[in-house]
This record gives sequence, structure tokens and C-alpha cells, in this order.
Amino acid sequence: MSSENPIWALIATFGLMSLFAVGGASAAVPEMHRIAVDVHHWMTDKQFADAYAIAQLSPGPNVLIVTLIGYAVAGIPGALAATLAMCLPTALLAYYVSRLLNRPSQSRWPGLIQAALVPLSIGLMAASALILAQSTDRTIAALLLTTTVAVIASVSRINPLWLLLAGGLLGFAGIV
Amino acid sequence: MSLDSAPAAQEPDLTPAHSPPPSLLALFMAFARMSLAGFGGVLVFARRAIVEQHRWMTADEFNETFALCHFLPGPNIVNLSMVFGSRLRGIAGGIAAFAGLLLPPTLIMTVLAIIYAHFGDVDVLRRSLAGISCAAVGLLIAVVFRMMTPLLKRMDAVGLILMLAVFTAIGVIRLPLQVVLLVAIPLSVGVTFILRRKVAA
Repeated sequence: MSSENPIWALIATFGLMSLFAVGGASAAVPEMHRIAVDVHHWMTDKQFADAYAIAQLSPGPNVLIVTLIGYAVAGIPGALAATLAMCLPTALLAYYVSRLLNRPSQSRWPGLIQAALVPLSIGLMAASALILAQSTDRTIAALLLTTTVAVIASVSRINPLWLLLAGGLLGFAGIV
Repeated sequence: MSLDSAPAAQEPDLTPAHSPPPSLLALFMAFARMSLAGFGGVLVFARRAIVEQHRWMTADEFNETFALCHFLPGPNIVNLSMVFGSRLRGIAGGIAAFAGLLLPPTLIMTVLAIIYAHFGDVDVLRRSLAGISCAAVGLLIAVVFRMMTPLLKRMDAVGLILMLAVFTAIGVIRLPLQVVLLVAIPLSVGVTFILRRKVAA
């Protein structure tokens, strides 16, 4: 296990992170940002924001932003290692826990713990939004676009893909 | 955006009878299909395929299994694939569903990563991505608002204070996640437990 091999760093980082990622992929974004940009300098702020945008725009679970981070660090092996490290340990944990608790609704603890985690995961997602906004919304037009999308998506049931594409078009046209 | 789509209100289950357990290949294909259809969150498509289309589970079974996956750590929908697959066909079924969910989008993402590495500096692509990033942040803010609404309606002061504290610690002060959660989770569980006992008493 060489300390120079970045694959091990990826596996250790994302394997550990996934075990703490209660509340899904969006809640883990600040931690991914802190580790990939601030601690290991695997990516710049801008590259991280781009990776988030690509992960949102592509099909599949949004957690696959780790595939892009892994690729940036160590190419295709890095992409696969990061993805598996983020997804496999918790999936196996879920498998064993679901076998232990055949009927989770009979105990009140899962419900209580879930209720207790809700405010924390909202706080984590709000932090993700702030950290990403600090790297993307550097102009008035960009800030305006983010605000408009936030309002539209809050009050309507429009498919998010259209809003992402509209953002891409505005960027393409050089407006944002 | 997978969090804005908790399983919908339970509709009456007209056909409690299950279909026969699917083959491993059918599980793989079904999860691959719902994964590729799931732009901006797979959960809605997973529910439609498992409950309505294939009738592998009833709506109640789906909700119970989802609740379990939601309070466990890790990407919810990935946990879900493993638990669903294994309930239908044992550990091999779990792995088939897990691979179906992750393999196709991971390949697509790897191709996109290669394209980005080569052309990420091209001006047109940079500008388009910048626009998409702004919109993506807007979507995230909208999810935060939607999830906050129940807390605001209930005037849940404790929940809102905890939420603000986590937001400040992670977003503004930029403390490591583990440290914050190690304090916040026991605190929140403890407070919730005490408040519920008070209500019950």
C-alpha cells in the first residue's frame, strides 16, 4: 500500500465518507468539496462546480459526481475505485441491516432517528448550495439565474432537466 | 435532487398478489433502465417500475424498504437497489440490481469525464457549463426550501435551530463533516426523544 498511489487515497476517502453520508448525495457535497478542493487539491473550485453540473445533467444517481472526482485524480481506474468505494460499503451495510430488521416499522427507533436527522440533512444541503454558489455565482447575471431557477423550481413541478438546459443555453449565448 | 421525491402518498393496492421473482438478468435490466431514465433523481422511476410496472412489491413494502434505506448512511437509491434485489433473489439479486443501477451511468460519466479533461477549457463548453452550474445550484436551493416547509409550518424551533447550526458549521465555518455530525446527531436524537416523551406524557 504505497502512500503515493492516489487510488488508495480515493478508496479511503470515499469509503469513509459514505459511512457518514446520512441524507444522500446532496448532503455529502460540502465534505466532497472540502476534501477534493481544500485538503487534497485534486480539483479547483471551478472544476468541482463543473463536476457537480455534469453529474446533475447526466442520467443516473447524483452520487456519481464521485466518478468525475475519481477520474480527475487517477483516470479510469480512479473513476471506478471512487464509485465503488462510495457505493458498495453502505449498500452491503443496508443489505445486512435489512436482513436484521425484517419489519422496520415495528420499532419506533427508525422513525425517531429519521425525524431527528431531517433538520441536519436540510442544513447540510443548504451548506452545499452556499459552497457551490460561492464558486458559480460570481456575476450579477449568474446570481439572477440561480435565484430565478430556485423560485421556478420551488413553485412549479417543471422537469429539472429543462431548467438545467436553459441555464446551459444562457451560458452558451454568453449571457451568464 | 433525489430528496425531493419521497414515495408518494400510498394509493390503495388493488393487486396484492406479487409477480413471480424476476431473473437476475431481468433485475439488472430493470434497474439499468430506471437509472438511465432518472435524470435528476432515480427514486420516482424506481417506484414506478417496481410497484406499478413489474409488481415486484406492494406500495407499502416499497415505502417500508425506502424508509429503512433513507435512515442508513450512503446514497439512498444505491442502498435501495441492493436491498430490493436481495429481497427478491438473495444476495445475487442484490448485486444484479446494484450493478444495473450503477454500471451504465458510471460508463457514461467516465466518457463525460474524458471529454471534460480534453475539452473543458474550450470557451463555449466552459460558458455552457457555467450556466448549467448556476441552474443546478438554483435547483438545490429549491429542494432545501421544499424540505424546510414542513418545519416552518409546524414552527419547529428546535429543528430550525439545528438546521441553521449545521448550515453555519459546514457552509460558513467549513468544519469537517465527521466532527459536526458526531456532535449534531446525538444532540438531535436526544432532543427529539425528550420532546416526543413530553408530547406522549
